[in-house]
Amino acid sequence: MEPILSVRDLAVEYRTAAGPVRAVRGVSFDVHPGESLALIGESGCGKTTLGLALLRLLPALATIPSGEVLYRRRDGRVVDLLKLGREELRRFRWSDAAMVFQGSMNSLNPLLPVRDQMRDTVLAHRRMPAGDVRHLAEDVLRKVRLDPARVLPAYPHELSGGMKQRVLIAMSLLLDPQVLVLDEPTTALDILTQRAIVDVLRELRERLGFAMIFVSHDLPLAAELADRVATMYAGRIIELGGVRDIFYRPRHPYTVGLLDAVPPIAGDLPVLVSIPGGPPSLLNLPAGCPFRSRCGHAQDDCAAAEPGLQRVGVVHTAACYHTVPADRRAIRGEDVTSA
Amino acid sequence: MRSKAGFAGFLVFAALVLLAVVGPLFTPSHLPTDLNAVYLPPSGSHLLGTDSEGRDIAVQMINGGRPVILVGVLAGAISTLIAIVFGSLGAYLGGWVDSAIVSATDIVLTVPQIVLLAVLASLYTLDNPWVLAVILGAFAWPYLLRSVRAQVLSLKEREYVEAARLLDLGTPHVLFREILPNMATFIMMNFVVTMTNAIYALVGLYFLGLAPIVDDNWGAMLNKAWTRGAVFYSDSLFYVLAPVLAISVLQLSLVTMTRSFEEILNPRLRQS
Amino acid sequence: MPDPLIVLDRVSHVFAGRAGHTRAVDEVSLELEPGKVLCLVGESGSGKTTTARIAAGLTRPTAGTVRFQGTDIHRLTGDAATGFRRAVQYIHQDPYASLNPVRDVFGTLAAPLRRHRVVRGREQVRRRALDLLTEVDLTPPENFLGKYPHQLSGGQRQRVAVARALTLGPRLIIADEATSMLDVSIRISLLNVLRRLRDDLGVAFLFITHDLALAKYFGWHGATAVMHEGRVVESGPTPRVINEPTHEYTRALLAAIPLADPDGARSRVAPL
Repeated sequence: MEPILSVRDLAVEYRTAAGPVRAVRGVSFDVHPGESLALIGESGCGKTTLGLALLRLLPALATIPSGEVLYRRRDGRVVDLLKLGREELRRFRWSDAAMVFQGSMNSLNPLLPVRDQMRDTVLAHRRMPAGDVRHLAEDVLRKVRLDPARVLPAYPHELSGGMKQRVLIAMSLLLDPQVLVLDEPTTALDILTQRAIVDVLRELRERLGFAMIFVSHDLPLAAELADRVATMYAGRIIELGGVRDIFYRPRHPYTVGLLDAVPPIAGDLPVLVSIPGGPPSLLNLPAGCPFRSRCGHAQDDCAAAEPGLQRVGVVHTAACYHTVPADRRAIRGEDVTSA
Repeated sequence: MRSKAGFAGFLVFAALVLLAVVGPLFTPSHLPTDLNAVYLPPSGSHLLGTDSEGRDIAVQMINGGRPVILVGVLAGAISTLIAIVFGSLGAYLGGWVDSAIVSATDIVLTVPQIVLLAVLASLYTLDNPWVLAVILGAFAWPYLLRSVRAQVLSLKEREYVEAARLLDLGTPHVLFREILPNMATFIMMNFVVTMTNAIYALVGLYFLGLAPIVDDNWGAMLNKAWTRGAVFYSDSLFYVLAPVLAISVLQLSLVTMTRSFEEILNPRLRQS
Repeated sequence: MPDPLIVLDRVSHVFAGRAGHTRAVDEVSLELEPGKVLCLVGESGSGKTTTARIAAGLTRPTAGTVRFQGTDIHRLTGDAATGFRRAVQYIHQDPYASLNPVRDVFGTLAAPLRRHRVVRGREQVRRRALDLLTEVDLTPPENFLGKYPHQLSGGQRQRVAVARALTLGPRLIIADEATSMLDVSIRISLLNVLRRLRDDLGVAFLFITHDLALAKYFGWHGATAVMHEGRVVESGPTPRVINEPTHEYTRALLAAIPLADPDGARSRVAPL
């Protein structure tokens, strides 16, 4: 199947007082229709910048010096999103692809009831009689398990954080987009609310079949929602593979480190290891592999040149010269049943 | 220093202060009246011309800066000190202390200043710079106190202030070593603004004749220029212009200087 | 069993709001034993932070008493009050707000050391500061003394906050979501620092978190209490609460936690 979104060598640069900084340094990946890709990384890895760049929602200080974002439209034609004009981009946003931002609980206009905001969104992109707009709004709200009668007339401050997040997800689905991009969809939400959002997203994907790209620092979230996972470090994807590849057969030492740092709820007292040190400054990247200084497996050749993504499995790549042997990790899945 | 404007302002201010403090050491402190030299235009011997009594204006300019700047600084310092101490104490301690301070502030704010000044001028001779400074400072502190109080009210809820309280560091420490240093830029800017206001008020006092003219300070020059009709003659133009320009340049340099304060006082802006 | 350090005896805290009274904390009773860990788990609005603040003496309960070594903390005076303050310390959630931005690390650590005369003399203070930084794994410590908060990462700032909490030799540290704003890989290293303090120095912890998995990791040998809507709905030894929960809310929380296991996650039945 042809991918619906193809990113090739994308780079994003910010202008700062200390000079230009590349927050994203050559990222490539494909997303197929109906597929869900998780971009996982810690602060400063460039994942949020990447998510914003896909829909060209970067702030003015950012530029895209190179790369392509190829999108296959409903009529089959492929366009490079980076080359779209303003009007085409406006039409693309919301009806072909939509985004749910980080901290989006604050994205709703506090002065308008939900009904007005949803109506405005629809009417900005489609011509539709008022009755149809209302039906559409009620429909999407039911899809995210909210009661339209309760939510439509309400103001944002009358809704809880979880409800607002679901309203925003519903709004993003109003025009039936093919691709949904979410930035930290569950951060800052309570655990029970997080569970509700995860279940809603899973259900929506099954029913509506859109492709989903979500950005998060939360690895377990990827286990729940993603078909494929990309881990990012210092502006690049350093491992990319199917969700089971990443969780059961991680090859890059950083991915292994991230997995080792997640406290499991099941089983006895785990031994958790943190990754020493901190991420490198993007202003002053060291030569060679950026993870070298924190890596337990680093050897001399790691300092020479930055490793590119190398094939380590059928659809699994890792940017490392000395990947972790495939059978190193004990599979944690076995302990699940005791919870 | 990254702010060129700020640095320029500082240089000009420093130059004016230097001139005002050191200059009078080189000029005669008392100029005799010379009726033959009334309102002479600028020339080699009188750089800015002469005034209505034939005295050199340039000399008066040099002599006349110190009283104005001195009173300005003193008034600024007095009102800033009152505002900081009482504003922060009230905000931090709350309760009746705060209510008392806020009430006192409101009362002082409602007093009509010009009227009070006129009454004071008629009762006392306002010739001592300290007296003038205290009076002007007494009028300026209410506004500053309110801003200081608002700032402290907001800062006292910060986590690092709470941590200092948890470590039992004591109210004076928390106020003066934790909260106020975070307001350093704010305080300095307010001090400078209060100073400029005090200078304007002082010049106003002299201009209106509410403060007695005992020396040739810039405000006195303006008063004399006005009352002696210097504004009507082109020859006597500098008698009016010189003090006006000097005062304006002083104020401008003060205000421009404040642009550098943020840089100097905020550690976050200093590169490591 | 040794006497508990802190006892919360049927403590309540009621906020008067526009929509009537909210019981943020409703008749909560807890005991904190020396050298032990008590994890307080709950979602936002469960009252866990308010309970922590009540235990620290930062908030006065509207009902019930908080006792430190047998005495009501709000009745302590003089040396006894100082003793309580020295024994009980607090680490805030937000590493970007818990340090004073205009003070460097040395200043932050030296203030309590000097004020409470833990050590005397500049050299001793400096040496103690270096020891504290080593204790929290900020090595080499000399590099950190002169740094300002904005030059440190979130994890480093939290460690400075821990070092600061250690200056007075506390017997109990209350950590309010101390790791929630840190990256996953940094969280564990901070928790390991806290574990070392518990094991080596015998410091007791009241560990507030919304993450049951973290409570399990940090409090495995201690106790966990689960809070919901202001009440403690379940408490007991951590392994028991996590592996054999009795209250349905605890079960719901456990079921809601995402698993880092794709097969396990997908085979799970959708919860209530």
